[in-house]
Amino acid sequence: MTTTAPALVDYDDVVARYEPTLGLEVHVELSTSTKMFCGCPTDFGAEPNTQVCPTCLGLPGSLPVVNQAAVEAAIRIGLALNCSIAPWGRFARKNYFYPDMPKNFQTSQYDEPIAVDGWMDVTLEDGEVVRVGIERAHMEEDTGKSLHVGGAAGRIHGAEYSLLDYNRAGVPLIEIVTKMIPGTGERAPEVARAYVTQLRDLIKSLGVSDVRMDQGSMRCDVNLSLSPTGSGVLGTRTETKNVNSLRSVERAVRHEMQRQAGVLDGGGAIVQETRHFEEQSGTTRPGRRKETSEDYRYFPEPDLVPIAPSAEWVEELRGTLPELPWEHRKRIQEAWGLSDEELRDLVNAGALELIEATVAAGAPAGEARSWWVAYLAQQANTRGVELAELPITPAQVARVIALVGAGDLNNKLARQVVDGVLAGEGEPDEVVESRGLKVVSDDGALIAAVDEALAAQPDVVEKIKGGKVQAAGAIVGAVMKATKGQADAKRVRELIIERCS
Amino acid sequence: MSPDSGAISRDEVAHLARLARLAVTDAELDVFAGQLDVILGAVARVGEVAADDIPPTSHAVPLQNVFRPDVRRPGLSQEQALAGAPAAEEGRFRVPRILGEEQ
Ligand SMILES: [Zn+2]
Repeated sequence: MTTTAPALVDYDDVVARYEPTLGLEVHVELSTSTKMFCGCPTDFGAEPNTQVCPTCLGLPGSLPVVNQAAVEAAIRIGLALNCSIAPWGRFARKNYFYPDMPKNFQTSQYDEPIAVDGWMDVTLEDGEVVRVGIERAHMEEDTGKSLHVGGAAGRIHGAEYSLLDYNRAGVPLIEIVTKMIPGTGERAPEVARAYVTQLRDLIKSLGVSDVRMDQGSMRCDVNLSLSPTGSGVLGTRTETKNVNSLRSVERAVRHEMQRQAGVLDGGGAIVQETRHFEEQSGTTRPGRRKETSEDYRYFPEPDLVPIAPSAEWVEELRGTLPELPWEHRKRIQEAWGLSDEELRDLVNAGALELIEATVAAGAPAGEARSWWVAYLAQQANTRGVELAELPITPAQVARVIALVGAGDLNNKLARQVVDGVLAGEGEPDEVVESRGLKVVSDDGALIAAVDEALAAQPDVVEKIKGGKVQAAGAIVGAVMKATKGQADAKRVRELIIERCS
Repeated sequence: MSPDSGAISRDEVAHLARLARLAVTDAELDVFAGQLDVILGAVARVGEVAADDIPPTSHAVPLQNVFRPDVRRPGLSQEQALAGAPAAEEGRFRVPRILGEEQ
C-alpha cells in the first residue's frame, strides 16, 4: 500500500489551529557492572557474544536472579523524579517473536512498576518552568543487537539474513514514561528537548548511567497527537522511535506536528503506529502497526519472586540522592559570579564538571575556567573531540596551574607542558623535566642574558638610566627571546633595573 | 460442536496462532478451538473452587526480595555460545530473514 503523504503544514499554521499533546518514553541503560538477571559483564563494544551465559541466551534450565544494584538504581531514579515507590511488585513476561530476545520474551514490569506518579520541573531557555508529570519508571532488560545482511545500508528491508549479538541482551534498562503533557502549544518541541536534557543531567548526577545518546545508553520515543484547538478531543497518537540525540527530539516533535496536521487537514485519520525517525532528513517514516498489549500476553514472571522494598530501604536510598544538577549549577553560578549566559556556555561546552574537578584539585576557579574554555577548548576543537575526551585530567590541569602560581612556569611554558601531557608524555612534572621547561630564575644564567641584551641596545640603557623605567620592556622582550621564553620575566625586569643603576 | 459456541472462538485461535507464528489450516482451527475450550473449561473450575477470600497467586513460594550482588560471574565463550546454533557467522547467530517490521 503506497499512498502519497500529504504535504507538511507550515509550523506557525499548525500551532494556530491545533494543540499538541506530548508524551515521552525514555530508556536508560544502567551502568551496573553486570546484567539485570545474570552475572555477565555489560561493557560496551566487546567482541560479539562474549558477554553471554545460559540465562541471557535463554537456554533451557537457566534461571534469572535480580541484580540488587539495578533495583537500587531504579528506586533512586524514581525518588529523584518525585515518584512513589511501589511497596510490592512483580516482573512480567512480555511475549513477542523477534530474534533480538533469544527467550522469545522480554522480562519487564507491566502493571506493577517500581516507581509511579512523580514529576519534574523543566526550565526552558527563557526561564519558563513546565511541570512534567511522570507516569511511571519501570525495570526491564535490553535486547540484543541485529546486523541485517544483504539489504541496503544495513536496513532490515530487503535483507537476506540477520546476525545476532546478545552481549546487550539482558543489560538493565529503566523506562521512564511521562504522563500526557498538554498545553505546551508552539513550545512543544522545546519542552520535549528540555525534558530529555534535564532527565539526562539528573540521571548522570545519580551516577547510575552514562546516559550517552550517541552510544544508545539513553534512547527516546516521542508520542504525539494533535487536537483541533479548543475541541477538547484528544487525537490519535503516534510513537516515534529511534530519536537518538537531543536535537532530534526537538526535530521529531516538530516534524510529527507538521505531518499530522497535513493528514488531518486533508480529511485523513492518524493511524496509531510506531514511526521511525530519520536522522538525515529529520522526517519520520511508518513502522509496524502497534500490537495491543494483549498481543504481548503479559503474565507474571514465574522465575522471579516479587520485589518489596521496605520503607527503611527506600529512605536509606533517598539519603543517597545528590544535590539536583540544576540546584548545583545555581550554587556554582553564584560562587563563581557567572552570568546566565556564561553558565550556559560552560554547560554546553561540557566544561562545568571539568572546571569543578580542577577546582576540587586545588586550582583557583578563575584560572581553571580560563584553561578549559580557552586553550583546552581550542585543542579539543582542533582534534575534533569533546572537551572531556582530551587526554588530560582535571588534576593534571590543576598541577599546571599550581606550577604557574609557584612561578615555576609562565603561561607560555605552561601551554607547552599541557601540549606534552596531551601528547602522552606523562604527568606535568615529567613533561617539565623531560622538555626542560622550567622557568630560569637562577640569577647567574639570567644576568649573562640581561647583560648581553643591554650591550646590544645602549640607547635603551640610556633611557632607563635617565629614569624611563618603562623602556626596560624592550630588554625584557629580548631576554625572553634569547631564553626561548623560559626566563622569569619579573626577575629579569628587576635585574635590568639593578644593572642600569 | 459449532466453532463459535464455546468460550474461545475460531478467530481467537487464528489470532493466537499468528502471534505464535504457527501456520494453522482452517480444519485445524476448528479442532484447536474445541480443544482449547476444553482446557479453558478445566482451568475455569479453579475459579469455582477458590472463594473471594483467596487472592490470585502467581508464585507458589512465599519469598520476596531475592537479589544477587552486582558481581560478575564467568559466562560462556563465544565458541560455547554459538555451539548449539544452527548457523553462525562473524561470531554472531545467523537467523533467517526477518519478515515484518523492525521492533
Ligand atoms: Zn548472562
